Amino acid sequence: MPNYPILAEAGGMAHFAGRFFRDGFRPRYEVSEWLYQCYVIGYQSLPLVGVTGFIMGIVLTLQSRPTMAQFGAESWIPAMVGLTIIREMGPIITALIFAGKIGSSIGAELGSMRVTEQIDAMEVSGTNPFKYLVVTRVLATTLMLPVLTLLADAIALYASYIGLNMRGVTTLALFVNNVLSRLAFGDVLPAFIKTFFFGFAVGLIGCYKGFYADKGTEGVGQAANSAVVVSSLVIFILDLVAVQLTGLLGLN
Amino acid sequence: MQPDPSLAPTPAAPPARLPVAPAEPVLMVEHVDKSFGDNHVLRDFSLALHRGENVVVLGKSGSGKSVLIKCIIGLLLPDAGRITVLGQDVTGLGHQQMDELRARVGFLFQSNALYDSMTVRENLLFPLRRHWLRHRRAEEDALVREVLDDVGLAHTATLMPAELSGGMRKRIALARTLILRPDIILYDEPTTGLDPVTSREISHLIRAVQQKYNASALIISHDMSCVRLTADRVALLLDGRCYADGRYEELAASADPRIHEFFA
Repeated sequence: MPNYPILAEAGGMAHFAGRFFRDGFRPRYEVSEWLYQCYVIGYQSLPLVGVTGFIMGIVLTLQSRPTMAQFGAESWIPAMVGLTIIREMGPIITALIFAGKIGSSIGAELGSMRVTEQIDAMEVSGTNPFKYLVVTRVLATTLMLPVLTLLADAIALYASYIGLNMRGVTTLALFVNNVLSRLAFGDVLPAFIKTFFFGFAVGLIGCYKGFYADKGTEGVGQAANSAVVVSSLVIFILDLVAVQLTGLLGLN
Repeated sequence: MQPDPSLAPTPAAPPARLPVAPAEPVLMVEHVDKSFGDNHVLRDFSLALHRGENVVVLGKSGSGKSVLIKCIIGLLLPDAGRITVLGQDVTGLGHQQMDELRARVGFLFQSNALYDSMTVRENLLFPLRRHWLRHRRAEEDALVREVLDDVGLAHTATLMPAELSGGMRKRIALARTLILRPDIILYDEPTTGLDPVTSREISHLIRAVQQKYNASALIISHDMSCVRLTADRVALLLDGRCYADGRYEELAASADPRIHEFFA
């Protein structure tokens, strides 16, 4: 029988996701651990996401300015940058940064716990390690990435306003008015919804890789590495699916 | 890194003893088979552990000792056979019943399995809280103090596992199993990776725990010093089967070359 590791991996992840939905919503609820993970995953990622958002906004503005100036369309920069950030750049860049920081951290932490028998010890101590470790982390990443994306979008737009004022003069009120006048419901909502899926993918893949890490320190490194690689790839695939879906729904 | 408290007073090991009258069995392993693919680790393995007794399962590395102990605690499922712990067949228990049973069975992992992100105190309280055995803060403090005193590490409650030496971690892992006052303690290679002095201290500690709590113990080991100091009875695991079962002195005097090579 032919051996297809990619299919086996995809099947393993699908089974893992099925277990999340089957076990995750039954008591006992690990509320305090979930809140702690929200703090670790959300709050502690804020500086990195904020800096990335700031650089993204200012670079996008400074790079597009010369081209827009050639066509005498400088007044369109806020609307163009706003649409680009909110629809695509904000969610995707934040998700990729999030995958790098949180996906690898979850993969390494759970992998290390597996290798040192801490997950077995948890089970022996009357704790369902899947609920305590996996469900709490996946729920935290699913809920925190949208929040981080909104903050990154806001910081990027403010950086864009600063970028515009580096080479000219624009008031904040005019900048905000220009951005909002070109934004529609179909620009904001699908972009916001897809970040929940990105967050879910990062958490689930990080947990899957760590939870089933092979024995030894090499396995921990591989878990961390493949958590980032696979979740980054899945983020792009989900983004492609989201674009197709919003197109079918007439929201593009 | 804290110094290992090798000077901490540890009671002298009492001589190995056999219960005067056969006590009730608290753990029965009957005709257990366990394979991983083509690798048959356990074949028709049987063993009994009685109340208040220390039994050492002796065998070569990779002979299936750890697999046996993981089958007993329900981390692995045997392919065939029956394992009865405190009157309950572990192969047929649901999650909740298994958790209730595990509250009465302590497990000391070979790697200690202390939670890196928690202090010693939090490590000790984790099983207590997870088994819904909630206590007031003062009661928790008293329990932590008592088990830390038992293992001679009263000063370590606020330390992180990374700040402890190998022998200290082993003691804290033992304290974590003791806090639930288990009827049975399963030790997976309790002296592996320790120097001879610390290894002897841990063996003495296993004896002291048996005396204080009257807990039965199944000890997986290939360290003959540990076997000699802790065993009331020794079961020799060879080729997946219980090849021999008897007191240390009996097996040590055996003329069978397969038994003799362990005691030579």
